Amino acid sequence: MARISLAHIDKQYPNGFVASRDLNLEIADGEFLVLVGPSGSGKSTVLRMIAGLEKPTGGTITIGGRDVTRLPPQERDIAMVFQSYALYPHMTVRENMAFGLKLRKQPADGVARRVEAVADSLGLRAMLERKPAQLSGGQRQRVALGRAIVREPKAFLFDEPLSNLDAQLRVETRAELARLHRRLGATMVYVTHDQVEAMTLGTRVAVLKDGVLQQVAPPMELYRHPRNQFVASFIGSPSMNFLRGAVSRANGMPQFAAPGVTLALAGDAPVRDGPVLLGVRPHDIVLSAGVNGGVRGVVSLVEPLGSEQIVYVNVLGGQDLVAAVGADASPKVDETVTITIPSAAMHLFDPETGGALR
Amino acid sequence: MKGRIVARVGLILLVLFAAFPFYWALVASFTPEATLFREPSLWPRTLILDHYRALFTERDFWTPIKNSLIVAGFTTAFCVTIGAFAAYALARIEFAGKRAVLAFILAVTMFPQISIVSPLYMLLRRLHLINTYPGLVLPYMTFAMPLAVWLLVGFFRQLPRDLEEAAMVDGASRWQSFTRVILPLTGPGLATTAILTFIYCWNEFLFALSFTLGPERYTVPVAIALFRGQYQVPWGQILAATVIATAPVAVVVLIFQRRIVQGLTAGAVKG
Repeated sequence: MARISLAHIDKQYPNGFVASRDLNLEIADGEFLVLVGPSGSGKSTVLRMIAGLEKPTGGTITIGGRDVTRLPPQERDIAMVFQSYALYPHMTVRENMAFGLKLRKQPADGVARRVEAVADSLGLRAMLERKPAQLSGGQRQRVALGRAIVREPKAFLFDEPLSNLDAQLRVETRAELARLHRRLGATMVYVTHDQVEAMTLGTRVAVLKDGVLQQVAPPMELYRHPRNQFVASFIGSPSMNFLRGAVSRANGMPQFAAPGVTLALAGDAPVRDGPVLLGVRPHDIVLSAGVNGGVRGVVSLVEPLGSEQIVYVNVLGGQDLVAAVGADASPKVDETVTITIPSAAMHLFDPETGGALR
Repeated sequence: MKGRIVARVGLILLVLFAAFPFYWALVASFTPEATLFREPSLWPRTLILDHYRALFTERDFWTPIKNSLIVAGFTTAFCVTIGAFAAYALARIEFAGKRAVLAFILAVTMFPQISIVSPLYMLLRRLHLINTYPGLVLPYMTFAMPLAVWLLVGFFRQLPRDLEEAAMVDGASRWQSFTRVILPLTGPGLATTAILTFIYCWNEFLFALSFTLGPERYTVPVAIALFRGQYQVPWGQILAATVIATAPVAVVVLIFQRRIVQGLTAGAVKG
């Protein structure tokens, strides 16, 4: 088990594309770190650089205190679970799992015992003599996991391992992975574009955009205190609403004004010139029937999800907002509602830089 | 509807056109020579084995067969093994001058055989390799190797990259990943390459004619061509020899036809 350090990592491809820009990341021993971001954000590249499958153009990588920047994957003692599982098609499950150990010339009976123990823990005992082509997607995924676990590596690397599973299996496997991490206590680096996986699995989550690290923090911190607009909109579903307006002082209290919207801000909100973006999460918006002053809007669409409802509201004189309300509320299309936003739920951002204003 | 009938008819005509020479050779090889000249017919009335018997009793047809097997066999073995390593490097490993190497390999095949026969003859004579097995295997490799490499590069490119990456992460060196993960998966590709290379060598005529001097080293195509005597052309024996030379190859190709097409188009789509 080991810490992983990435210091000033740059990765530029010969065609000029920059995949990573001055990336600095410390992954603690035993931590489950999720690298999340949209396609092209460079998260897979970072993972592959830790594995040694890609070489950074600048910077250093250390695993367990050892500088591995120049070392090939074979010598880094890490295990990787690929998105496509990459199981060896011509080998049985047992041989797939034993491959790494056999290469290191481990004694045969020791290998057999370890393979069987891991197979048991993953429920693969019955499938040891089958070939990958005879297994279902979920079973193949477990074999890929088993192949990694058997090696007892310094760290586990996961490259979007749940993407090829159907929705139900994805949820089950997600929980299994979380349990696995608790059981092994291993350092795990996990790449995904799915923010739900990021939030549920990560000890800490690193958000990447265009090769630049946006914020690294435990999931709830990212949710409650996003450092910039990108992180705010990426984490949380449905996405945060953004209103473009300006802040001023009214009766000594900070106030936010946008078309159709006037909202009182918290007392310590920054007041400054120029446009600001107000961010508010759908779950923090309160909708009440009737007209009680304040911000008014008309319901344009209701999406019932069972446990809650997503309500699209058209602010009178302004833009659309997305709100999430409980199952007992009964918003109706074309109904006029009052929109209330608690000041604690308001996030302010600079429209130019995207940075959060405190 | 009409298009399909036209296509069907066209296909049948094409097959008849292509298969007819072989059918005729087969039928004629069992027909007495006198009948061949006086009343040749597409449907044989009498069948005799005389021509075949004569091939092996009056002439020694075993020797050319043996020579062809040895030359084609060794060429195929060398080209497939060496070609596999070369193809893997070209398909997967980045190295300086890779494009140049690939272009060079292709360029070698662009020389018409006839244009290099004379210089090759002189070279082989200097090396005392005229009328020897190496004297044929070496020139054969000039066209068989590019063919083998070309086919195998297509096969290797088709394999998913993350298999080798998984092997590397598991601790396999390039060699181990090549022998224990890649090679077992290209079995069909290697087999197809071997078959196509073997057929190419088996049918080769110009080099075999130029670089052998006597019946002890003639290969099958050369031996058949030289059946022709000063006054007579032993058509019956020529036809019988042709059938013996072609039939096994035709059977092998028919059995492996799907794989062969796969081999020729490998990498064409994925790239």
